[in-house]
Amino acid sequence: MDALNQFFAIYGSLVNFMGINALLALSLYLTLSAGQLSLGSAAFAAIGGYTAGILTMKFGVPFLLSIAAGSIFSGMVGLVIGLPVLRLRGVFLAIATLSFGEVVRIVVLNLDITGGAQGLVGIPNFTTTWGIYLTLAVAGYGIARLRHSRAGWCFESIREDETAASAMGINTTYYKTLAFTLGAILAGLAGGLYAHLNYIITPREFGFSFAVDLLIYNIVGGIRIWYGPVLGAFLLTALPEILRGTGVAAGPMRMAANGLILLLVILFLPNGLVSIFTRNRKPPAGISPVSVAEEV
Amino acid sequence: MDLLAQQLINGLFIGSVYGLFAVGYTLVFGVLDMLNLAHAAVFTLGGLIALWLVETAGLSLWLAFPGAVLACGVLGLILDRVAFAPLRRRADSNFSGLISSIAMAIIFESAALGLFGARTVRFPVHTLSVHIWRWGGISITSLQVEIVAVAIFLMVVLTQFLNRARAGKAIRAVAENDLTARLLGIHVDGIIAFTFFISSALGGAAGILFGLYFDSLSPDMGRSIELKGLAVIILGGMGSIPGAIIGGLAFGLSEVLTVAITGTSNLRDAVAFTVLFAVLILRPAGIFGRKKMREA
Repeated sequence: MDALNQFFAIYGSLVNFMGINALLALSLYLTLSAGQLSLGSAAFAAIGGYTAGILTMKFGVPFLLSIAAGSIFSGMVGLVIGLPVLRLRGVFLAIATLSFGEVVRIVVLNLDITGGAQGLVGIPNFTTTWGIYLTLAVAGYGIARLRHSRAGWCFESIREDETAASAMGINTTYYKTLAFTLGAILAGLAGGLYAHLNYIITPREFGFSFAVDLLIYNIVGGIRIWYGPVLGAFLLTALPEILRGTGVAAGPMRMAANGLILLLVILFLPNGLVSIFTRNRKPPAGISPVSVAEEV
Repeated sequence: MDLLAQQLINGLFIGSVYGLFAVGYTLVFGVLDMLNLAHAAVFTLGGLIALWLVETAGLSLWLAFPGAVLACGVLGLILDRVAFAPLRRRADSNFSGLISSIAMAIIFESAALGLFGARTVRFPVHTLSVHIWRWGGISITSLQVEIVAVAIFLMVVLTQFLNRARAGKAIRAVAENDLTARLLGIHVDGIIAFTFFISSALGGAAGILFGLYFDSLSPDMGRSIELKGLAVIILGGMGSIPGAIIGGLAFGLSEVLTVAITGTSNLRDAVAFTVLFAVLILRPAGIFGRKKMREA
């Protein structure tokens, strides 16, 4: 027990950030699972985080209620933004969501109620480690269940081929917006938890590089299955500590190691780290020629 | 009135640097349909290498400039070989290329950090002798004129090259359809590598001009122009060279005009990105509409 307490005294905040980043990675995964490349997750986290933080600090709203409100508000913004933006495809969607993110960041930077460039300071510290991991477990379970629901299959078919999905009678606009909005809700929730973890949030934290980090978690972990992004977020959030443990000094070398790992994964493990575990298993039913032949 | 005229002129100067940066960006996109997110890192290294050549190797700027530009071209070749060429035949190459270029951006940035340190540095005072011309309330420095002259010269050379030279025509052919180009006997992989060389050389040149104009260079200076470059090529239409030039000028002007009209620099980027967002939704092909979209 002492060892555990000591571990938490040293690595407690790292463990918390691993959980928050995993939640945010999952929020992007929801959007990616419908084949939509969004760089807006960081902005939705900012919306949720600031809404929840302001509600708790300035209006005395109870913690659970304020993170729920942040999450719902973020989802509403996601719905409003998603409807027009999701008509765009591929890189164009990425850039549209990116510019949305920049606008959110700049608005937050210039409003009085958000504390401007100084950030929102003195948010009460309500988020607990078990709270984060409970949320992560629930979100993971929900997403895993979603995968085999009607919506999950629709997401999958849109990702594989949007035109074909549409020709099969799937309302692609509806399902793309659904994936985007669910992602925004989850990102807002994670942002609220983050705000109540850290005493302070600043606009800088939710910029372009954080949006890219979330994408990297997904790719390195693997976007074929829900625990890929979680794995990616855990690993890459802990990586600086791991590298420190192995004696790689801070600064340029650690950064280079980060980039190198990302490069190696994308070149040699196109389906992410999870493909290491699943590589030798049988492919999903209906895809391999063998199983088709058997059915015939 | 003088103030406004002065601002407009300043907008043209900075806009020409944005244009030069964006031309390289859009060239690769036109040929490969892939975003090269390492372009901003090459931009940074261009400025820093030129500074190193001036300061440590003691060259005059007129020698250091082409030297650094060539070095950046070589970085482009490395970028293509390491991050893009291995992915070319993969189905998700759009997506994975984005990620591997981010990885290369991290590696380049860490190299900049490791080789040149985290400080903000500047070219020595006597690198260029600067005259100031004044007409009424308007002042123009010889440095500004030289920057615009170099930027315009490079853009004209590039346009002529793409229109007239054999290799330039080959680049356009590959951009139009790489399979047909291959059938016609064009060495597609070589042409793509060559495109990366030109693109990165231009990016490096933009970095040097940027460093001279703002009189400061730092390992993270690429961050500020990365998103603007994206905005510019969207405004101009992805893959369009004239679009990138005009988009760059428009972006520079919109920045200074926002500052001039609102009186503060807080909303500078917000206006630009709101415009970008609107352009994406209303006219995704950019200002230089659909017909020119595929132009190299």
